Amino acid sequence: MSHSIVIGTETEFGITALHDPDFKPVLASTHVVNAEVAGRRPIRWSFEEESPGLDLRGYGTEESFPFDSESGLVSTVLTNGARFYVDHAHPEYSSPETTNPYDAALYDKVGESIVHRATMRAAELFGVGDYRIHKNNSDGHSNSYGWHENYLVERDIPFETIVDHLTGFLVSRVIIAGSGKVGAENDRDRVDYQISQRADFIEERVGLETTLKRPIINTRDEPHADPLKYRRLHIILGDATLSEVQTFLKLGTVALFLAALSDNALGDPLILDDPVSALRTFSHDPTLDAKVALADGRHMTAVEMQRHYYARLATFRRRADLHESFGDLLGQWDSVLRDLAKDPLLTADRLDWTAKLALLKSYRERESLAWSHPKLALVALQYHDVHPGRSLFRKLTRTRRMQRLFTDEQIAAACVAPPQDTRAFFRGECIRLFGDSIVAANWDSLVFETGADNLWRVPMMEPLRGTRDHVGDVLERSGTPAELIETLGDIGDGS
Amino acid sequence: MTDREHQQKKHSDGAETHEDAQPVADGQEVTDQIDDLLEEIDSVLEENAEEFVKNYVQKGGE
Repeated sequence: MSHSIVIGTETEFGITALHDPDFKPVLASTHVVNAEVAGRRPIRWSFEEESPGLDLRGYGTEESFPFDSESGLVSTVLTNGARFYVDHAHPEYSSPETTNPYDAALYDKVGESIVHRATMRAAELFGVGDYRIHKNNSDGHSNSYGWHENYLVERDIPFETIVDHLTGFLVSRVIIAGSGKVGAENDRDRVDYQISQRADFIEERVGLETTLKRPIINTRDEPHADPLKYRRLHIILGDATLSEVQTFLKLGTVALFLAALSDNALGDPLILDDPVSALRTFSHDPTLDAKVALADGRHMTAVEMQRHYYARLATFRRRADLHESFGDLLGQWDSVLRDLAKDPLLTADRLDWTAKLALLKSYRERESLAWSHPKLALVALQYHDVHPGRSLFRKLTRTRRMQRLFTDEQIAAACVAPPQDTRAFFRGECIRLFGDSIVAANWDSLVFETGADNLWRVPMMEPLRGTRDHVGDVLERSGTPAELIETLGDIGDGS
Repeated sequence: MTDREHQQKKHSDGAETHEDAQPVADGQEVTDQIDDLLEEIDSVLEENAEEFVKNYVQKGGE
């Protein structure tokens, strides 16, 4: 059986400036995104929900499209199919839709280069201050901002089934998903170092919120696709990760898990007695010795729980029709779990939280620093700086102390070119070819201006259409947006 | 300065040439390998750690 896997991530970057007591993060984020837009027609983000009344071949006037309701903050769509915009007080990059863990990790990684490039341009174009951009999730002062992962899930899997199975998985996944943090925040128990940046901020098992009372499983039901067929599982408990191997693992294991869930291949779920406190218990224990209680009375470590899932998913993968990268994924997962069980630091070449821990241990030993010393906080923070010269993560990959999955050339290419096997291809290529004629976009539609007072909305309700195979020829043959829309009308669908 | 650090060359764009770290057998070796890198890291760390981390205050998002 084949599976419809669609994965995308959202990264809110931390932003600050040197020597600027009046630093305004909203303004600074606007500078960064505007620098990316500069010289091109701005593309507004349309918040119109899927509306079955709107035919793809129909057209409307501008009044029909309620544009950017988020206080008019700047937003754009990139030729790689991503959205780049200001979200509250952060630059945010939302990756294009991808169909496998390898592409998902690549297009997540690319966000770092895009925000860095835009920041450099902002300095050139607007003469703005010396910004520092971090791909992290907490500021050390109990403020957290998100990295969200999204998976398309078939609507016919009951949500309660997803919650029952996935909760234990996500809670134990922290040992392969955390980016590491010095100390505790949000009034949690004191700890020297913990695995996750986000665990201290997760307070509910299931819920709709993302900014307070954050849940392990978010119930936002906004599929950006045919709502009768799909839901979008929106997961907000994870950390943004720099390590390519880790991002691959973090996303791929969930995608594989959901595919197995839809095939009913997981057996009985591991139900945690108290998942919210279990997440914190695991995060606060970098030795990985901690056990948490299951509802059936057993006690398990996070490694044991992950091993349980690994065994089931490895069996599932042998008979499922899945992208080849899932084979690599299982190999990496197995090896990381073995090393974590032996000595967590053995994974310092693959996981952010152990790489950062190794760095901090070295500093502590060399300079006899207490865990509360500001220098350690700075080292931990600067690990996440997206500037290639300042990033401590990059120091570790350049000197081959950390593994990479992608070459610089692959990353540069994916900054520009979209994935080929989702509707992101259509979106990105339309931006590249007809960007000056596109007035608005969102995940499931594009609005073209094809002449005086003519706006055409092309819906893209199916994330797995609009691929190179599907529309590559049409795009190549169309010299103008009007021709494109005419041809799309002839083949019966915009995507 | 170790041999490893001597091998590093900085380019104008901040990129550096790759060099190989040895495979490790235990956690202590991991930190030993990182020890060789600390001087280089010191050279790129923000000045005044205390001030930087104190002023690093983000607004919530999401």
